[in-house]
Amino acid sequence: MTAPLDEQELILRADNLVKHFPITKGAIRKKTVGMVSAVNGISIGVAHGETLGLVGESGCGKSTAGRSILKLIEPTSGSLTFEGRDITGLSRHEMVPLRRELQMIFQDPFSSLNPRHTVGSIISAPYQVQKINPPGGVKKAVQETMERVGLNPEHYNRYPNEFSGGQRQRIGIARAVTLQPKVVVCDEPVSALDVSIQAQVINLLQDLQDEFGIAYIFVAHDLSVVRQMSHRVAVMYLGSIVEMTDRDTLYAAPLHPYTHALMSAVPVPDPQVEATRERIVLQGDLPSPINLPSGCVFNTRCFRAQDRCRVEVPELLEVTPGHKVACFFPITEGLGHDLIKGPDSGFVEQPTREVQPPSEVIADMESSGSARPLGADYARDGDYEERDF
Amino acid sequence: MSTDTTVPPAAAPPPSVSGAVTGLSLRQLAWRRLKRDKAAMFAMWLLVAIFLTALLAPLITNLLGVNPYDFDLTSLDPAQGSLPAGPWGGASLDHPLGVEPLTGRDLLSRLLFGARVSLFIACTAVIMIAIIGTTIGIIAGYKGGWLDTVIGRTTDLLLAFPFILAILALSPVLTQRLQAMGLSPESSRVVYLVLVFAFFGWPYLARLIRGQVLSLREREFVEAAVANGAPTRRILFREVLPNLWAPIIVYVTISLPTLIATEAALAYLGVGIVEPTPSWGKMLADSVRYFAVVPTYLFIPGTALFIVVYAFNVFGDAVRDALDPRTGRNVR
Repeated sequence: MTAPLDEQELILRADNLVKHFPITKGAIRKKTVGMVSAVNGISIGVAHGETLGLVGESGCGKSTAGRSILKLIEPTSGSLTFEGRDITGLSRHEMVPLRRELQMIFQDPFSSLNPRHTVGSIISAPYQVQKINPPGGVKKAVQETMERVGLNPEHYNRYPNEFSGGQRQRIGIARAVTLQPKVVVCDEPVSALDVSIQAQVINLLQDLQDEFGIAYIFVAHDLSVVRQMSHRVAVMYLGSIVEMTDRDTLYAAPLHPYTHALMSAVPVPDPQVEATRERIVLQGDLPSPINLPSGCVFNTRCFRAQDRCRVEVPELLEVTPGHKVACFFPITEGLGHDLIKGPDSGFVEQPTREVQPPSEVIADMESSGSARPLGADYARDGDYEERDF
Repeated sequence: MSTDTTVPPAAAPPPSVSGAVTGLSLRQLAWRRLKRDKAAMFAMWLLVAIFLTALLAPLITNLLGVNPYDFDLTSLDPAQGSLPAGPWGGASLDHPLGVEPLTGRDLLSRLLFGARVSLFIACTAVIMIAIIGTTIGIIAGYKGGWLDTVIGRTTDLLLAFPFILAILALSPVLTQRLQAMGLSPESSRVVYLVLVFAFFGWPYLARLIRGQVLSLREREFVEAAVANGAPTRRILFREVLPNLWAPIIVYVTISLPTLIATEAALAYLGVGIVEPTPSWGKMLADSVRYFAVVPTYLFIPGTALFIVVYAFNVFGDAVRDALDPRTGRNVR
């Protein structure tokens, strides 16, 4: 299997990464009664200065994948390679020197900052733990970082409770980038923020990437944010990667039915287009990760599912250069009425192309019901300058 | 750790205005809320005064020319069977609060010296409870697994123990053991009480702390510390412990009065301090016999006990409200 990028270029790589959480019963003698298969053998990697978007609905294992890659939680199996070195078997102690190169930005700016520490002591923690004494002292370095991420360096001695969500997220970003790591896993870094603040934080992350050449693994469920951030995108469903390619190809010509369904859930800012465009409404819920469906993980909800999909597991194969998809029947003909409809197809055909009342719109992709149709805002506000890739 | 002391600073910095550089920690915010609570501040200063008086008891009694051990038979009335001579329990310029029946020992000095014993036992026990309970609670909460199960069952066992009965039953054996180890009869009683209070007291706090740690452990700042490569020791002491000061302080201020009252109850039951050392509980126990004829004798230690316990409860409640305003009775 050839990767889209030269394998040598990938600075951090996960091969066949698996994370299963055991479900135990009994207080003293624990018996394993089941497994939550959060991540089922995914192979991803990022190159220097690149962003890999990891997108999927809630509960698909994307956050677990991000944490497993950093060995914040120990992967069940699979291998991790950082700068050509196998780090899979390293103990927590042996990982310590690598922690300055591998960092993380968290989703919740309220729980990710210790309320008892000042901003200065939060951002200088990496220096203390790694026993790094930069020229000019830690305080100077921290204040430079604070300035770089758009915080007032005079707020060094302030406490997190005095800051807004966006500012707190900047503190978290400062903590992650102050040692100039090579890879940063961003776990939904903007989903807890207001839309206007999201734009600022995303611009900041992109500027930091341009300046320091940081590689991001960008975990998000918001397609427009991922589109803005990523060079390449991997689409996850139920612990597996179903499609992975560069951003433009994915958004212009997705191949996997699930990717199509995801895309069609993003609202279009133009009301006329929004009213007339076709949507794919997936039937049913995300299957339980304790009992994965046989065959293709998506077959229970797929509108193109055939008998083969219920038996065989499709491999993630490169169908065109740099475009991998795990599907026996990828959508190559574009969305339309000529879709192949399986026996229990979940495809809902729109009866007419007339304007529909807004009450019955939008596939709710977030199984929690908290889909955030924010794409519209990004596209409309024009907050982002387009970047060249 | 230097930023987190249990004693609030004497003066909080001025309110933060835009451009102000120093920030307000949660501790400073709590102290401000506490300062606005007049009853709590009164209780606090009262407790400070009581502790100072107890601490300086030898000095005060010297100045007044009394002491808790000397018999003063001249202040007794032999005609009444050695009850204190005069009204109000024999109160006079020599003995402002009167004297003890039969012995004529000065009650003011016995009250002050009794405060030393009562407060010493309660404070030492509560410090031990805080240390043991916090340590065990953090270990149980953070490590989890079989260790948590074992600690959980142990706390259940201790909580289910009829501890007053156990203290009464163990008292003769253990005080003798302590004396065999070279302690005087008097200090062996004090040490015994401190030890049993600590032994039966830590499970409550350990449980409280374990619950807090269980939730703190899942917070992302702990994960961020792991992502920085911080060792477990640093995570526990730098990240987790500072977030536990609030429950620890609240538990300490709430359980101090309970311990003082329990000490008094045990003294009344005959376990506790021996003659001639005074303690509030023993004074109460003695005074009951004379209540019909010398009621002031009962009221003096009783009032002192009531004031201390009540002040601690008011203060403890206010501290809890100040540290966690959402649970307060008067949310401002």
